[in-house]
Amino acid sequence: MNESTSQLIYTLQLADNALILGHRISEWCGHGPVLEQDIALTNTALDHLGQARSFYQHAAEQFNLMPVEVKKQQFVSPALQQKIDKGESLDEDDLAYLRDGWDFRNVLLVEQPNKDWAYTVVRSFFADVFNFYFYKELQKSKDAALAAIAEKSLKEVTYHLRWSSEWMIRLGDGTEESHERMQTALNERWAYSGELFEMSAADKAMAEAGIGVDVATIKPLWDAHVDGILQEATLEKPANKWMQSGGKDGRHSEHLGYILAELQFMQRAYPNMEW
Amino acid sequence: MNQFINKNLYGDYGDKEQAGGAEGSNHNAAAEWPLWEVFIRSKAGLDHKHVGSLHAADAEMAIENARDVYTRRLEGISIWVVESKYIHASDPATADSMYEPANDKVYRHPTFYNLPDELTHM
Repeated sequence: MNESTSQLIYTLQLADNALILGHRISEWCGHGPVLEQDIALTNTALDHLGQARSFYQHAAEQFNLMPVEVKKQQFVSPALQQKIDKGESLDEDDLAYLRDGWDFRNVLLVEQPNKDWAYTVVRSFFADVFNFYFYKELQKSKDAALAAIAEKSLKEVTYHLRWSSEWMIRLGDGTEESHERMQTALNERWAYSGELFEMSAADKAMAEAGIGVDVATIKPLWDAHVDGILQEATLEKPANKWMQSGGKDGRHSEHLGYILAELQFMQRAYPNMEW
Repeated sequence: MNQFINKNLYGDYGDKEQAGGAEGSNHNAAAEWPLWEVFIRSKAGLDHKHVGSLHAADAEMAIENARDVYTRRLEGISIWVVESKYIHASDPATADSMYEPANDKVYRHPTFYNLPDELTHM
């Protein structure tokens, strides 16, 4: 894998994480427990979507600069292959709507279903703590576009983190029932937290090149932050060490297929439709 | 007959089982979060203006909810929240005695003074 391929995959990892988490959160729209939180979550979903767009635009630029032979090796999705064979350039929409599941590089955590409020909060909390420290580091990227996206996103993520941390504490240290539900969600989601710190080939190459972030340096920060909030929330950190993985290599849980079916249907059924 | 009528509340649709059964049907106002009044300052130097109200469990959440509900389109740079129960209002029924008497007291307006032209902000 050469450097431009690594950089494309790296950018797509970031884009896919943002898109899929944003989509999952957007599923709460119209279903929030109270009007105010419904709007809060929808705002957050749009933040993630905005980040995803920036990353996809950047990924498309990188892709379009590649030689044709290299382009052909990037994606397995037939719909994208057809475009590439015709010599068309790709844009953010193509990357979001025409790639199949195995071309998606998001971590398994973000595609997990909303279930109830506790599961949703825990998923966001893991991701928000990670993103907070991650974007801080990514601001130093040698890729000016990534650094700029990181700087803009960090402000949004700081608020996301405030929101999810508060719900962790509020419900963890709430009633007996809310505590129990939070602990259950925490225990079940825990196995998806490890993949955030797994280094894919693209991660390693980009960290070495000074473009990406060495996530190993973020792990202790993430642990300390999570420990602090869990303590305040009177929640117990799960003891299990075994972690799920595969998302970064395109091996996903069955949930991603359903997400993409809903997300991509319109563009697949009515190509290039606008509204 | 009553037991066949199931009132659907905001947020209930499709989430009932996960949200803990048919709690929506015995919804009661006492369990609701208190109401807060929201005041927003649109830019530095201006007053905080009342923009509306919302529900929240405490002040912290009220400020965050206000941020999400009322400042999404860059409406403000500062938020005040006050729990609605702490706002005391005049009684509309006493409006006659409270405000009518000021009606014919034109001399209370400083309109009988001759002001120099240079004075513009009076």
